[in-house]
Amino acid sequence: MDFQTFLQQFVNALSLGSLYALIAIGYTMVYGILRLINFAHGDIFMVGGYLAFYGVSTFLMPWWMAVIVAIALTTVFGVGLERVAYRPLRDSPRISIMISAIGASFLLENLAIVLFNARPKAFPVPEFFARNFILGGVHIASVSLIIPLVTAVILAALLWIVHRTRVGMAMRAVSTDIEAARLMAIDVNRIVSITFAIGSALAAIGGILWALKYPRLEPLMGIMPGLKCFIAAVIGGIGSIGGAVLGGLLLGVIELMTVAFMPELTGYKDAFAFVLLIVVLLVKPTGLLGKNLGEKV
Amino acid sequence: MENEVCSIRGLTEFGRKITKGAPMKKTISLLKLAAALAAGVSLVSCSSPNVDNDVIKIGVFQPLTGANAAGGADEYDGAKLANKLVPKVLGKTVQLVAVDNKSDKVEAANAATVLVQKEKVKAVIGSWGSSLSMAGGPIFAEAKIPAVAVSATNPNVTKGNDYYFRVCFLDPFQGIVGASYAFNTLKAKKVAIIREVSNDYSVGLAKFFVDEFVKLSGNKDSIVAVSDYNTGDQDFSAQLTNIKKFEPDVIFAPGNYTESALIIKQARALGMKAQFIGGDTWDFGAFLDIGGEAVEGAAFSTFFANDVPINKTSEVFLKAFREEFKKEPSAVAALGYDAYLVIIDAITRAGSAEPQKIRDALAQTKGFEGAAGVITINAERNADKDAVFKTVKDGKFVFLTTVKP
Amino acid sequence: MNTSKKLPMSRNTLLTLGAAVIGLVLLFVFDELFDRFTMQIFKLCAINIILALSLNLINGFTGLFSLGHAGFMAVGAYTCAILTMSPEQKEVNYVIQPIVPWLANVQFPFLPALLIGGLLAGLIGWLLGVISLRLRDDYLAIATLGFSEIIRVILTNAMTFTNGSLGLKGLARFTTMWWAWGSAILTTLFLVLLIKSSYGRAFKSIRDNEIAAESMGINVFGMKVLSFTISSFLAGIAGGLLAHYLTTIDPKQFIFLKTFDILLIVVLGGVGSITGSVVAAIVVTISMEALRFLDGPLNLGFMVTSGVPGLRMVFFSALLMVVVIYRQQGLMGKAEFSWDALSRIGLLPRRKSKSEKGGR
Repeated sequence: MDFQTFLQQFVNALSLGSLYALIAIGYTMVYGILRLINFAHGDIFMVGGYLAFYGVSTFLMPWWMAVIVAIALTTVFGVGLERVAYRPLRDSPRISIMISAIGASFLLENLAIVLFNARPKAFPVPEFFARNFILGGVHIASVSLIIPLVTAVILAALLWIVHRTRVGMAMRAVSTDIEAARLMAIDVNRIVSITFAIGSALAAIGGILWALKYPRLEPLMGIMPGLKCFIAAVIGGIGSIGGAVLGGLLLGVIELMTVAFMPELTGYKDAFAFVLLIVVLLVKPTGLLGKNLGEKV
Repeated sequence: MENEVCSIRGLTEFGRKITKGAPMKKTISLLKLAAALAAGVSLVSCSSPNVDNDVIKIGVFQPLTGANAAGGADEYDGAKLANKLVPKVLGKTVQLVAVDNKSDKVEAANAATVLVQKEKVKAVIGSWGSSLSMAGGPIFAEAKIPAVAVSATNPNVTKGNDYYFRVCFLDPFQGIVGASYAFNTLKAKKVAIIREVSNDYSVGLAKFFVDEFVKLSGNKDSIVAVSDYNTGDQDFSAQLTNIKKFEPDVIFAPGNYTESALIIKQARALGMKAQFIGGDTWDFGAFLDIGGEAVEGAAFSTFFANDVPINKTSEVFLKAFREEFKKEPSAVAALGYDAYLVIIDAITRAGSAEPQKIRDALAQTKGFEGAAGVITINAERNADKDAVFKTVKDGKFVFLTTVKP
Repeated sequence: MNTSKKLPMSRNTLLTLGAAVIGLVLLFVFDELFDRFTMQIFKLCAINIILALSLNLINGFTGLFSLGHAGFMAVGAYTCAILTMSPEQKEVNYVIQPIVPWLANVQFPFLPALLIGGLLAGLIGWLLGVISLRLRDDYLAIATLGFSEIIRVILTNAMTFTNGSLGLKGLARFTTMWWAWGSAILTTLFLVLLIKSSYGRAFKSIRDNEIAAESMGINVFGMKVLSFTISSFLAGIAGGLLAHYLTTIDPKQFIFLKTFDILLIVVLGGVGSITGSVVAAIVVTISMEALRFLDGPLNLGFMVTSGVPGLRMVFFSALLMVVVIYRQQGLMGKAEFSWDALSRIGLLPRRKSKSEKGGR
């Protein structure tokens, strides 16, 4: 492989990886607080994409407004979902809450089929995101430059929130021990809602960026990205925001580089993430940057 | 409209309810009566079948939900239109009975059984998606009900099944015309293949294309790369970057229209200039919507071109379809239209609506002028037909050329 | 444990035998009476019973949340199908790449092929169990889900074995009603006996409190692997039956959403109840068909909607949510059907003997 091709593959991988990272952050935050795989995260991501689509195409908003409205609505939606599907089960066995999460995901997908129609829709991409640059023979779409920037800004903002604000401190407390946090007069429900709000907003941003990069919407579009980003979060160490970013980038690089170096394996690409997951869980179950969350006896 | 019998059943039920509960809830009953009357009025406007004896039922075996819903709905539209234009045969009314096979094999087997057992149809149209047709195939064969596939191009649909016919050409043919187009018209020297490995259609076309192209060029190395992806994938940059370094003249990428449109878009973003060619699955409006400017110039083989009527039947079809649905017909809609007419033709020639006789008459179909070309059913129960090449120009599908078998 | 053991035939045994005879007669009558469509659904009920029971064994009785069932089904279905297919049919199917030579001329009768399919699924289940059962809860769930996706990707790509996405068609219609229901009944009996045995108690103790189970000297890891292996074996058998019920299979039908369908049955029936799984499998399978009208045009009395495709699945997923949130125990909770339970609620005359028998 010549250097230019390698560089091109690397740029492809970084662009995909930072998108994975963005979505993985949402997973990791929710998991860190509730110890719950939010199976519906990928579907919230899909809802964000569709809302932006309808904002632009049906309500004829300028795209920046459609994006803001879509993020806001998706946030409300995510918080509502937690109220309805997860909160009533907080003290139930873990299996129940997981089934509820799967049920929520299942329901959202089927509702989307009924409401949005199963036919794929083309996402209108503003001119600004569709531009192409050539740097030293490497082709880069402007959206591929924007995604890592957005991810970096969000990472910085979240690290600040979690480590420098009172809400963040409360989040860390709830994450460490819900009961103790409650005793410290922390309003656990409020913190959980805030976490879900942040997670859903990130899912919406991820969904919209995804649709800008791959301009096709369909009701089941969130499933695979959702699973892969969860895996990214696990690789990085679930519960750790920095870990999620690292895991996302790593997953993007591994997926594309395997195809780049072993072209005969292209058909198996979707399986890489899962193989990687099983390997990581066996070798270092806490992930690369994760702390041992411990089993509650 | 297509569900006349259902509405009639509903009507009689209303009647029963109204007579039963009349004194109790007068106002509600009156409302219901009004609704029933309204339903009745709409019934009068269409042909009203009375007794089962005067009705010939033809099953529509299609995915109306799930991944293949778009194709299924288009084929159904074509059949509905044909049914509207030719509603009677042998003095009896023809009724279409649609059953959704949900793009799923288990459901398809159930749906086929419903058509055969409950609805007692005389013949079946469908299904979009070869694997779904194959799930229904043995059930139709056991019941000795003839089925006419509309656009299922996999050879195995009709192979070994005496009751399955089709009005379209096959994957091998499409692969072969694709290769000859690439070699003779485009003068391609180096070709790369991108297969949708989880899609039987795509894998089949790719194989027949490669075989034919190697035969034509006499050079095994003229196929410079074969790359795979899975249905639903969105990122193809790694595969495309791999292919880019071989600098192919032509990339053959048969597959779903959504994935294909994304592939072409990403290839252009990577600065690839190669000509893309594909198969009939690109023939959907959404291919243009998703691909945008990037798919300009992409060419593909398909069944039918709606900008150039090839014969009288296509003129009639195009005019009626645009009037009825206020949109442009897709190729599979034209084939759905043809499938219905071929069955009606067989019933007329057989002089009977006995499934076995329809089957035998279908097998004898020769030179039938359909909207999407002349249909002759051969000994393998497949149609010998021409393929049409289309390209994308100014955001529209444009007829390029016809290729004979 | 059972005070009525001295009697050669207790009342309950008699009742059970009677019910079995009636059941057999009913099956025979159904086979004669029902049309093909009804029989199709009826057979599907039996296959779903096996699937639901096998998933319940691992999820409900052992308390391990596994989402890999579609993968084990696929292994069973493909193994069984490849083994029963005639060499001629193989030639017809493998048009893109011929099948590997050592499988080309193999042809087995249905029973051994079905068993080999089940055993292979069990073997893979054992392997996966040894690897992944050290994980807990959600990690296990996602690892098993990932595993089933890996299987599907392999089936799609390993063309010389599986014919890839073209799938296999023209399989013999071996799954008669006797095969389907025979297997379902055997599975149910096996599970009832297993759950009542010391193994079953060990499974349940792991579910209820792993640490306590361990301190009681139960080989927790070994028991988990055992339960997982049995569950995979049964899923493989169900897969083989399904393949010869449909007569055609392809990798797409084993996507992980298939596991969710089975999970729906288990949750509705009650996580940890054999009776619940059996009843729910039948109810869900039939209502999946019966509610087909939801997808079509609806006549609401005052208006007729044009069809809303997909409404049926919305109904089922909403049902799943409602059950999990408001009635976590599902239809049966952890309770089981027993003759004594019937007498307790007055449907059978009460017995003098106070012995507690039957489930739990």
